Amino acid sequence: MSRIDVVVTGLGATTPLGGDVASTWDAMLAGRSGVGPLTQEWAEQLPVRIAAQLAVDPSELIDRVKLRRLDRSEAIALIAAQQAWADSGLADSGLDPERLAVSVGSGIGGATTLLAQDDILEKSGPRRVSPHTVPMLMPNGPAAWVGLELGAKAGVHSVASACATGAEAISLGLDLIRAGRADVVVAGGTEAVIHPLPIAGFASMRAMSTRNDDPERASRPWDKGRDGFVLGEGAGVLVLERADHAAARGARVYARLAGAGVTSDAYDIVQPHAEGEGAIRAIRKAIVDADVATSDIVHVNAHATSTPVGDMLEIGALRAALGDHPVLSATKSMTGHLLGAAGALESIATILAIRDGVVPPTINLDDPDENLDLDVAAHKARHLEVPAALNNAFGFGGHNVALVFTRA
Amino acid sequence: MTREEITTGLAEILEEVAGVNPEDVAEGKSFTDDLDVDSLSMVEVVVAAEEKFGVKIPDNEVQNLKTVGDAVSYIEAQS
Repeated sequence: MSRIDVVVTGLGATTPLGGDVASTWDAMLAGRSGVGPLTQEWAEQLPVRIAAQLAVDPSELIDRVKLRRLDRSEAIALIAAQQAWADSGLADSGLDPERLAVSVGSGIGGATTLLAQDDILEKSGPRRVSPHTVPMLMPNGPAAWVGLELGAKAGVHSVASACATGAEAISLGLDLIRAGRADVVVAGGTEAVIHPLPIAGFASMRAMSTRNDDPERASRPWDKGRDGFVLGEGAGVLVLERADHAAARGARVYARLAGAGVTSDAYDIVQPHAEGEGAIRAIRKAIVDADVATSDIVHVNAHATSTPVGDMLEIGALRAALGDHPVLSATKSMTGHLLGAAGALESIATILAIRDGVVPPTINLDDPDENLDLDVAAHKARHLEVPAALNNAFGFGGHNVALVFTRA
Repeated sequence: MTREEITTGLAEILEEVAGVNPEDVAEGKSFTDDLDVDSLSMVEVVVAAEEKFGVKIPDNEVQNLKTVGDAVSYIEAQS
């Protein structure tokens, strides 16, 4: 069966490690942590007083008046999308806008706008509530802004699947191109909810690390001392393009997005399935979809958020679906957990591992869990030829997404 | 308050809300056509003007305020 091939021709990101892809990747390979203390006054009362905040504030790149109309998650989605767009070289390529689509999601959306405007409502009354409130907090806002800025007319989509959002948005981009609904899809995720309410909510679930006195060591996937995830903020965007379209314009190709697997647990609203059944199915589906052998997948950028239960369930799922040969990385050890942007940022790391033949380190893995029986690139980046690699993302709600990227 | 003072006050608001250069703000200028103030920003301008000048500008009046001069006259009459 002949099928439409999809390749990645542009990357963009703004993260706790850097204001773009190059600086983020350099910091990852160097094993730097983007986690630090929350010094805001509101943090004093919280059980969690650490987070991975953006290295470059959007106000350094977007003018003040425009920023008044953008939720932070929208502003950083725009920044990452513009970088990816410029990187792709599509701007002056004569691409028909009716063949350009957007698939950018957020796990939580414009929560900081909602809460700030609620403060205004309570203090000053309804007339003082900003007329920009709704377009700032609506969950499709980031995708809509990206579509507006790039002139995308083939549809603007915003999936929401919690911490699987970024990866699912990419899988939707793959579907759109395969279905013939677009030649190019700008796809990724964004999240900016470093605010006391979401932090208090996650902390009440006992999902977050409270290693407040040692922020850089707080995110420690697979380590015995792990005690929850560290919240991060940022955005990651990929330009997905039909392979023959990219070839015809002589585009630089990073990698092939070879396949995707999307499943749901139908098990519990927040707990992952106890045997990782949905995750295993997602990985297997992605491999079948990509038409690669499990032995080709030599590297996995794992979801690995540094939670006691989830980290080891994923190890079991990887072992069941792939075997024991892949070299694993948990880049959340450095970036924290970007929720709806995580799957997009980690796809970028997966792609760059393929391009550069080096897998990023998992920092803070000082005392590995005794059940960790797979090979992890701990502490230091590792040189490794990567013909194909997997990126996992799982989300509250029982969402499981696995993406397979291969060398172009 | 003189018309000039009201115009200066509006210019400050327009700069804050919509990024309008204060030098471009004059009584004859249309909010939408000359100063590029869109409908959502106009809502912000009206609310900020109410606060700054201590007046009430009902929504059904806003549509009559086409130019900076219209707004100045309305505020002058109310204050």
